[in-house]
Amino acid sequence: MSADATISFDEAMEKYDPVLGFEVHVELNTKTKMFSSAPNVFGDEPNTNVNEVDLGMPGVLPVVNRTAIESSIKIGLALNCKIAESCTFARKQYFYPDTPKNFQTSQYEDPIAYDGHLDIELSDGTIFRVEIERAHMEEDAGKLTHMGGATGRIQGADYSLVDYNRSGVPLVEIVTKPIEGAGSRAPELAKAYVAAVREIVKNLGVSDAKMERGNVRCDANVSLRPHGRERFGIRSETKNVNSLRAVEHAVRYEIQRHGAVLDSGEPVIQETRHWHEDTRTTTSGRAKSDADDYRYFPEPDLVPIVASREWVEELRATLPEPPAARRKRLQAGWGYSDLEFRDVVNAGVMDEIEETIAAGATPTVARKWWMGEIVGRAKNADVDPGQLGVDPATIVELNKMVEDGRINNKMATEVLDGVLAGEGTPAEIVEKRGLAVVSDDGPLLEAIDAALAAQPGVADKIRGGKVQAVGAIVGAVMKATRGQADAGRVRELILERLGVEG
Amino acid sequence: MTDSTELIRSSAAALADRLAAREVSAVEVTQAHLDRIAAVDGKIHAFLHVNTDEALAVAAEVDAIRAAGGAAAAELHALAGVPIAVKDLIVTVGQPTTAGSKILEGWHSPYDATVVERLRAAKMPILGKTNLDEFAMGSSTEHSAFGPTHNPWDLDRIPGGSGGGSAAAVAAFEAPLALGTDTGGSIRQPGAVTGTVGVKPTYGGVSRYGAIAMASSLDQIGPVSRTVLDSALLHQVIGGHDPRDSTSLPDPLEDLVAAARTGNVDGMKIGIIKELHGEGYQAGVETRFNESLELLKAAGAEIVEVSCPHFKYALGAYYLIMPSEASSNLAKFDGVRYGLRVLPEDGPMTIERVMAATRAAGFGDEVKRRIILGTYALSAGYYDAYYGSAQKVRTLIQRDFAAAFGKADVLISPTAPTTAFKLGEKLNDPLAMYLNDVATIPANMAGIPGLSLPGGLADEDGLPVGIQLLAPARKDARLYRVGAVLESLLEAQWGGPLLDRAPSLVELVETPVVEPVETLVGTKEAK
Repeated sequence: MSADATISFDEAMEKYDPVLGFEVHVELNTKTKMFSSAPNVFGDEPNTNVNEVDLGMPGVLPVVNRTAIESSIKIGLALNCKIAESCTFARKQYFYPDTPKNFQTSQYEDPIAYDGHLDIELSDGTIFRVEIERAHMEEDAGKLTHMGGATGRIQGADYSLVDYNRSGVPLVEIVTKPIEGAGSRAPELAKAYVAAVREIVKNLGVSDAKMERGNVRCDANVSLRPHGRERFGIRSETKNVNSLRAVEHAVRYEIQRHGAVLDSGEPVIQETRHWHEDTRTTTSGRAKSDADDYRYFPEPDLVPIVASREWVEELRATLPEPPAARRKRLQAGWGYSDLEFRDVVNAGVMDEIEETIAAGATPTVARKWWMGEIVGRAKNADVDPGQLGVDPATIVELNKMVEDGRINNKMATEVLDGVLAGEGTPAEIVEKRGLAVVSDDGPLLEAIDAALAAQPGVADKIRGGKVQAVGAIVGAVMKATRGQADAGRVRELILERLGVEG
Repeated sequence: MTDSTELIRSSAAALADRLAAREVSAVEVTQAHLDRIAAVDGKIHAFLHVNTDEALAVAAEVDAIRAAGGAAAAELHALAGVPIAVKDLIVTVGQPTTAGSKILEGWHSPYDATVVERLRAAKMPILGKTNLDEFAMGSSTEHSAFGPTHNPWDLDRIPGGSGGGSAAAVAAFEAPLALGTDTGGSIRQPGAVTGTVGVKPTYGGVSRYGAIAMASSLDQIGPVSRTVLDSALLHQVIGGHDPRDSTSLPDPLEDLVAAARTGNVDGMKIGIIKELHGEGYQAGVETRFNESLELLKAAGAEIVEVSCPHFKYALGAYYLIMPSEASSNLAKFDGVRYGLRVLPEDGPMTIERVMAATRAAGFGDEVKRRIILGTYALSAGYYDAYYGSAQKVRTLIQRDFAAAFGKADVLISPTAPTTAFKLGEKLNDPLAMYLNDVATIPANMAGIPGLSLPGGLADEDGLPVGIQLLAPARKDARLYRVGAVLESLLEAQWGGPLLDRAPSLVELVETPVVEPVETLVGTKEAK
């Protein structure tokens, strides 16, 4: 396929005003599925977490999972939505083998939650309000794997495998109203919005919220219009953008691509686009028009869901603190400056730092490791920091080794690389690589004596009270021990040797 | 050895009493029915599958429990050992379920319908699966992919539909009881034209879990029998809340058996629905209907007339709602996961084309007709005019019933406008076929219960006429209370059950058919 033309982002921003819209699908972590008693578990053998309902066998009927309703109401409340007193399910009909009944049970005219908003904090602290149109319940489809084709898509595949374990997993689809006025901050807002939704559902405990597992999936709608025009341009919908970085990149790319199309005088085609992480581009999916006819009609096998006001208030009382309040609390507790805390949030490691502190690290240590070491490595690896594979326990263990003087900071970063390379636990890597600080004073004293003898002038200065001159001797000792000595201990020993108070 | 003719002609209630008294064994009762099936079903074709081994095993188990005595014997259900036939729309482990369609030929369900679980819990031997119009779409069983069922009163005539197999099995003494399903009259109309009893319970009164759906908001499983009391007994086995069916009513079941045993209409108001008799109804049907009214009046009931002005739209609305839901419910039959799979003869082998080839080959014409109607009615731009309007009519019909039940305790009408028509007579005229359900459809549209019982034979053709009773939702007991009275008054007049007048099938059958029925439908390989 030939690459689509693009213009630079700045040029696109000069000429056009972007309008965004998001559909975020959240998989709920209920014990059982949306309409059946089969387990809702990720990663098991294909087609084992299914029963006759999930397979759409003749004669089966759905039964709504009450916990899924509760989770949906909680999400709606956290998104500042109104909760419908009564709402129904509907059948969305299309023939496709990932949907065993050839219809998806969803909500259509009356979603459980509607008319909400979410305030998104951008990197410089600006608050941007995103209006939520609705959050509705539906069931996930099975997972198709197309075999034999070059693209992994159904076109050109020899055959397809289907895993119905995911079929019937409860989903909440959160749909925004068109987002106007983001301007050049549109890509950043996109990422921040999806991050905020993920944070909400994770804190609510209603989803595992792992984007890499598809627990949170984003479809990003982008359109451009000339500055000053009210009418929206024609949109594209980029499907299943499954990391926060990808959301930002996909929105940026689509703005640049739309810009080129509009510059050429051609109309933008209303279609779905597929995101490619490797090339950071999208390619054309299927043409999609608003006239797609899913022949929706009310699901006759399910009675309406009635959410009494008492029930809604009970659920509201169980909600955890809102993200903004949580941030305030965490910042105060950790003692970070505004700038330090914003950097942490922007780097997307607030949850990770919280977990690391919970695992036993001090706030300073946790920040040092995440911001100083891990964020940079994640950037190089082009993944979100949380997905790099660093366990909070690893950081606590590394830090303890440093504090105990078993290894120094330089070694610790080397051990971290070993952990990321899958070489084992920090202790195993220290052992394997022979990375122990020389803590036996004998060899150190020998090296110190040699260094003092080699630089008698410096030794005299120190004896004369110029304690800061000790650095030259420490450096020589560290060099002689190839960095394996504990510099602090070396300093102590030198001063002791020369009879000077540190 | 008990006379097997006497066993097969006994009511389920009488069989239950004799089994409990150990005058007869469950194996004898079951075997007598299996022998009857072997003798007459070659002509009737009520069964698509006969479940000989399992039925006899269940019967033997009941006999063993009774012989051992003690608590286990005391805890046996009253109907334990009384055999039953099951409409082949209801899924059963261990037997094929076809829904009367080629698309499911040879398919075995991995699970039992809730009603089947309840039959098993009551230890009722299941004799087999009965014929029906494909996916229950029809009023004659002529739309079965496996050939029509014949009416035991006249083998050239239809047994009604879609549950013609269950009604004919009961009328031909092949089974004392059967299960049916009723979406627009599929239990009651076959009951009417075969001289048997059939009940459509209140919507939600019996779990639909495991009944292959035609129209989810209209479908209901119910009993088929030869007496009102037998239907009450079976209704009580299968009824009651099921957590696997969200539309299942939470209310505890009323004591329907007591209602049937203590029937009384003295002082009761019985409403004649103005719109459901007279013009369009066969003269012999009208005569028998009026006769029943006179009997009820003589027994102390007050006959009043009620009007349900919106019933004239019921058939039209039904033929939008039912196909709309059916088009959706039948989408799952695509050859991907189970049942028939047909590959396109030429051209690319895509999933869409395999689905299309499978559905083209697997569905019969009536099913395709309804899928196309329903798909059209739900299409964007047509939804409001068709499905939306039909739902409004539904509300109006419910209001008509509410008003009528303000004036009468139960309503009464002929079950069907005519007696059984000839096989083939209406096969090429779908509208004429649909009109046969004009009196039964309103109950499904409103979710209320209805019962059909034999009202005698029409003078002009000597064929059975059905009398329909309707009650408010959740008041099924009223049907049994009134039905039992009318039944006893009519039988007193006839000097015995109406089916005593039916021709003897053994004489009609020229040579005894001993070949197992299942070979007729080719399910043997699948066993």
